[in-house]
Amino acid sequence: MSAPTVGLRASRPAYALFVLPFVTVYALMLLWPLAKGIYTSFHDHDLLSDDSFWIGLGNYKELLNDEVFHEVVWNTLRFVAISTPIFVILSLMLAIALNRPGKLATFLRATFFCASVFSVTLITLVWKLALMPERGLIAQMFAALGIPELPLLTSDAFALTTIALVTVWWIIGLPMILFLSALQQIPSDIYEAAALDNTPRWRVLTHITLPSLKRAIVLVALIEIIRQFQVFPQIMLMTNGGPNNTTRSIVQFTYEQAFMQLSLGYATAASQVLLAIMLVGVSTQLWLERDKGGKR
Amino acid sequence: MNPLLRRGWFDRIVMAALTLLALAWMAPLLWVVALSFKPNEFLLRHTDVFLAPPYTLANYLDILQTSQVFRWLGNSALVALLQTAGVLVLSSLAGYGFARCEFPGRKWLFALVMFGLAVPAQSVFIPLHRLFSDWDLQNTIAGLALPGLAAPFGVYLMTQYFKAIPAELEEAAMLDNASRFKTFLTIILPLTLPAQATLGIFTFLACWNDYLWPLVIATQPDMYTLTRGLASTQTNFAQSEGLGFLMAQAVFAGVPALMLYLFFQRHLVTAVAGTGKS
Repeated sequence: MSAPTVGLRASRPAYALFVLPFVTVYALMLLWPLAKGIYTSFHDHDLLSDDSFWIGLGNYKELLNDEVFHEVVWNTLRFVAISTPIFVILSLMLAIALNRPGKLATFLRATFFCASVFSVTLITLVWKLALMPERGLIAQMFAALGIPELPLLTSDAFALTTIALVTVWWIIGLPMILFLSALQQIPSDIYEAAALDNTPRWRVLTHITLPSLKRAIVLVALIEIIRQFQVFPQIMLMTNGGPNNTTRSIVQFTYEQAFMQLSLGYATAASQVLLAIMLVGVSTQLWLERDKGGKR
Repeated sequence: MNPLLRRGWFDRIVMAALTLLALAWMAPLLWVVALSFKPNEFLLRHTDVFLAPPYTLANYLDILQTSQVFRWLGNSALVALLQTAGVLVLSSLAGYGFARCEFPGRKWLFALVMFGLAVPAQSVFIPLHRLFSDWDLQNTIAGLALPGLAAPFGVYLMTQYFKAIPAELEEAAMLDNASRFKTFLTIILPLTLPAQATLGIFTFLACWNDYLWPLVIATQPDMYTLTRGLASTQTNFAQSEGLGFLMAQAVFAGVPALMLYLFFQRHLVTAVAGTGKS
């Protein structure tokens, strides 16, 4: 980049007016509620009576001993652990196979991506219909194949996995795009050299393609971990946290504590736990990407 | 040419397998679309007949007459349009300010804004809801649209974009003694149209599909967005008005998003690829 002239570089307080509108909105609707939430988390705040008094770390201590909270953290971790590997592996395979010109490939890319543009409530409606006992599409497919019907949404063993698979079905297109854009950044001369040597396909894959994608793979995994940690609406709509609390997530817990139990302090304390996890995740992501700037 | 893609029998098998997988992938959606044209009474007995008759438009006519989906559609469109316009204006101004101007405190302000990328909406929605009820914004269009304006991603995206525009263009305008704001508005801003489209379609879809915020801020059914309203029809799933009606609602809700996707495919893909580079 060429050096800007003195006129452009001159520092003037008036230029801050460009950023002022956004910064005001940002402070008012993100920073202020963030600070207020942290402040509230040190209080016992009952919304019904609107009584609030300072209890220090009381809410956090209660969370540590709350078995339901342990369960929701465990469920959220399980959800992330089930969905992230499938997201990474499946989207990577799709991206490698579909990273080519041609009408069919374009059509298939669009097909796998298209569910991502639908809202979560549309997805849950479609899948609740498809997963209906007896009359649902899945039950009928199982019957046609002679497989006994499984209680996919109503049993402790399957419910969370089913929701995780529906989530993968819904937004597999997003990591696929990230991998596709990473694939297109691999310099073509490496491939050309391999083609001249008649290198076998699997060697090209394991020696050129996958090593070049190492950073993208880590990044996509991290993005999915961050994203799936915040899972909530599809769970609320498909199982409402059941059966036996086996699908209730952290965000659902905070929502229910605030809007059903009306204990604001406790709910915001649980939110801070989520925020802390997110801050670790995103800082790791930024740190990984800083490394990229250093290397190339 | 990428040697992973050499033509041949292996290649054909892979593409054929993927085509089959794509078909299976779409099966639930196609099933819902097909059955939405069947009478409710028929669906009580058969859900395995897709293309054969009977056909009916009754489920779609029911939507027109009995449900509030048009009201919700209007709310969704209004909220998403307002939010998108707001995000574009605020992000463009701030992006230009951060990328091209020098003013005291610029660096730490930018760091503060970038910190927001790590704060998920899910961790602030409870105090934000308290704030909005204090401001009497519950069940209003403004209440639905405003929180989305505090989007650091937009500022990040625009800042990157403005940084990539050569400085010479601005210098020439400055020599003509044009004011900084006028230069921004007439010279630089028009160059950012592709980025505006990318950010715009991304914001619009995110707002259109948002569930958590409308869930807590819109409590009256006539202030629901389409996404929120579609959830309310699912809660009493077992005793609902009939499968065909539910399926028709799903199709109705899906069409606007699908159309946006088809029109703005390229911009949407660019935006998604951009989220991985924050």
